[in-house]
Amino acid sequence: MTEHAASPRRGDTPAAHAPAPQHVVETMTGAQSLIRSLEAVGADTVFGIPGGAILPAYDPLMDSSKVRHILVRHEQGAGHAATGYAQATGRVGVCMATSGPGATNLVTPIADAYMDSVPIVAITGQVSSKAIGTDAFQEADICGITMPITKHNYLVTDPAEIPRVIAEAFHIAATGRPGPVLVDIAKDALQATTTFRWPVETSLPGYRPVTKPHAKQIREAAKLLVGAKRPVLYVGGGVIKAQATAELRILAELTGAPVVTTLMALGAFPDSHPQHLGMPGMHGTVPAVTALQKADLLFTLGARFDDRVTGKLDSFAPYAKVVHADIDPAEIGKNRPADVPIVGDAREVLADLIVAVQAEFDAGHKSDYAEWWEKLDEWKRTYPLGYEPAPGGQLSPQQVIERIGRLVGPEAVYAAGVGQHQMWSSQFIQFEKPGTWLNSGGAGTMGYAVPAAMGAKAGRPDTVVWAIDGDGCFQMTNQELVTCALNDIPIKVAVINNGSLGMVRQWQTLFYNQRYSNTVLHAGPDHDGIAPPAQGTRIPDFVLLSEAMGCVGLRCERPEDLDAVIKQAMEINDRPVVIDFIVHQDAMVWPMVAAGTSNDEIQFAKGVRPDFGDDLD
Amino acid sequence: MSKHTLSVLVENKPGVLARIAALFSRRGFNIDSLAVGPTEHPDVSRMTIVVNVEDLPLEQVTKQLNKLVNVIKIVELDQSAAIQRELVLVKVRADNETRSQIVEIVQLFRAKTVDVSPDAVTIEATGSSDKLEAMLRMLEPYGIKELVQSGLVAIGRGARSITDRSLRALDRSA
Repeated sequence: MTEHAASPRRGDTPAAHAPAPQHVVETMTGAQSLIRSLEAVGADTVFGIPGGAILPAYDPLMDSSKVRHILVRHEQGAGHAATGYAQATGRVGVCMATSGPGATNLVTPIADAYMDSVPIVAITGQVSSKAIGTDAFQEADICGITMPITKHNYLVTDPAEIPRVIAEAFHIAATGRPGPVLVDIAKDALQATTTFRWPVETSLPGYRPVTKPHAKQIREAAKLLVGAKRPVLYVGGGVIKAQATAELRILAELTGAPVVTTLMALGAFPDSHPQHLGMPGMHGTVPAVTALQKADLLFTLGARFDDRVTGKLDSFAPYAKVVHADIDPAEIGKNRPADVPIVGDAREVLADLIVAVQAEFDAGHKSDYAEWWEKLDEWKRTYPLGYEPAPGGQLSPQQVIERIGRLVGPEAVYAAGVGQHQMWSSQFIQFEKPGTWLNSGGAGTMGYAVPAAMGAKAGRPDTVVWAIDGDGCFQMTNQELVTCALNDIPIKVAVINNGSLGMVRQWQTLFYNQRYSNTVLHAGPDHDGIAPPAQGTRIPDFVLLSEAMGCVGLRCERPEDLDAVIKQAMEINDRPVVIDFIVHQDAMVWPMVAAGTSNDEIQFAKGVRPDFGDDLD
Repeated sequence: MSKHTLSVLVENKPGVLARIAALFSRRGFNIDSLAVGPTEHPDVSRMTIVVNVEDLPLEQVTKQLNKLVNVIKIVELDQSAAIQRELVLVKVRADNETRSQIVEIVQLFRAKTVDVSPDAVTIEATGSSDKLEAMLRMLEPYGIKELVQSGLVAIGRGARSITDRSLRALDRSA
């Protein structure tokens, strides 16, 4: 038996806690063995599309009472839905596709899940083992293609291996640093007669994630934290994945240290908490970005010093010592050397830290951050998040998103696409709980929102799920609304329609002399992107498009209608709702640290650099 | 930049070499030399990889390699505490006049003549890179017609084995 991680959460795959093993040995086809294996590991939802090579698997799938298959309209939708399902439920998401183009359409969502460490298992059909390597119809070397974007992958040609491979795939996806695993199964292996055995022994001699942190490092870290004058708890997505948010709160309140949560960690610490400084990074809050720059200790938990957080790396947090705790040893020291490296599961790390910090206090060492909080509070007061009202009675996109967050509340799940609307969502929705914010952080995959929201709603049908999307993103993956309409997955979609690829346009405004090359979505190539009227994207008409896909389509163009239309959408629960919000096209995301510059150069608004005083420099 | 010799124990499964080669290229590391072969355990292969990097990136590539599910163990072999060998087969132009001189060089380097024809001799030699380089320098003036060289293989000195513990674990899990 392979060692399972010690942590009951991250070491836990359904296979590992199956009731007392009642050994099952039955004769059946490889396809039946696959479906039985999926049932045995506890997969309850699969997003996919059949095709030639995976066809044998779809026959027994039809009879499964435990696995619900949701027929999507594009394999990319299946992949992002699996990711949304996983992020919203904490369980492994599953998607399925046929060989060749079916499999290659999964590449983007697999890369996306890899960058954001999301546990998904992708199952693809492959041409018959004898045809592999012959350029057969719909053949693609999907294992070769996904090698650099999966945590691991398998090509199965022997049907007897199917139960073991499925058990291993789910175990690998869910444990350690989570990630996508692809299982490619040859058609003849699905068709052949084989023996299904369960439970099955896994064989992973090279896979032993460390979850228990080193006691000496924990003591060292606690000592630094208590002794620091200007510490910041720099919290990343690992804290949410380890389900360590309760422990984080205890440590934060025990020490009184300020907290910043990265884009992947929104909801890990309540936005409303007085110790929360907001999100760091390119579009982070001034207090969060500045606190990291002035800190004498970065207490890093499940974060990875991404370039969008650090800005120019060699000028990032120049005065800070670094404690870096992560489940993946390769992240520690990758971008920024760590003074105290800690390898471990964030929940175990935090639990041990709480004890170690308490021991420091009991030994008479007290932390004193009072002077630090004077500064932090001043920055919070002086540089709160805000936005300029839109000119001439237009809707401002920030206001739309803020009102949705306010009216819908912190219990709902919000999924964003990528771009300005994503950043505004991160800034103006109050996140209070983990698992309520889904977005494509590392890969930055436009089109993520609608299918991810679909996956989240399928996994948590009793939760309200909103997709906040842009008109560019929405045109990439809106066909999954058909899937939602036909499968009773009533999500809400807010299209923040500014008629352009807004974030790219913002960069063109700031760095390319307002030459709007190919960012205009509301008109053809002759439009310069400036000339009025700019009334959002009207081709296609998103209201009519949504109605055509079986949704309710609504439109809002005036601030005075805003609350009413959101409430109207909230009352519709028998089918998906799309609201087309026509917003002011020149709104920009602030604050901003321009790419490649130091975080010290943060601009609070266009051309406005905060005044920090110089006493700490 | 300095040379480092990594001994990597991997599961003997299809695609493992591709995974490792792909990881090196994706993370921007050049492989100087690579040798793969069986070990005393039928399910385990051993790769000896020579890379030319600074210490810090070496640590990163080792950690990334360790994350590959099929990689069981990685050990960096210190050059002074390890025996390192390469194999070279070289075909040298030779006629009646030069043949005996070439054979003398072969003996000096404790190499072997493995094939002789009227116009050439083929020499087999093993040793450290330095020794093989020195021998080839001596042979060069006669005219090297063809040369093939293996990747470096290495093993630590002394009684300790890097495979002991990890292979026992493998037997347990099998």
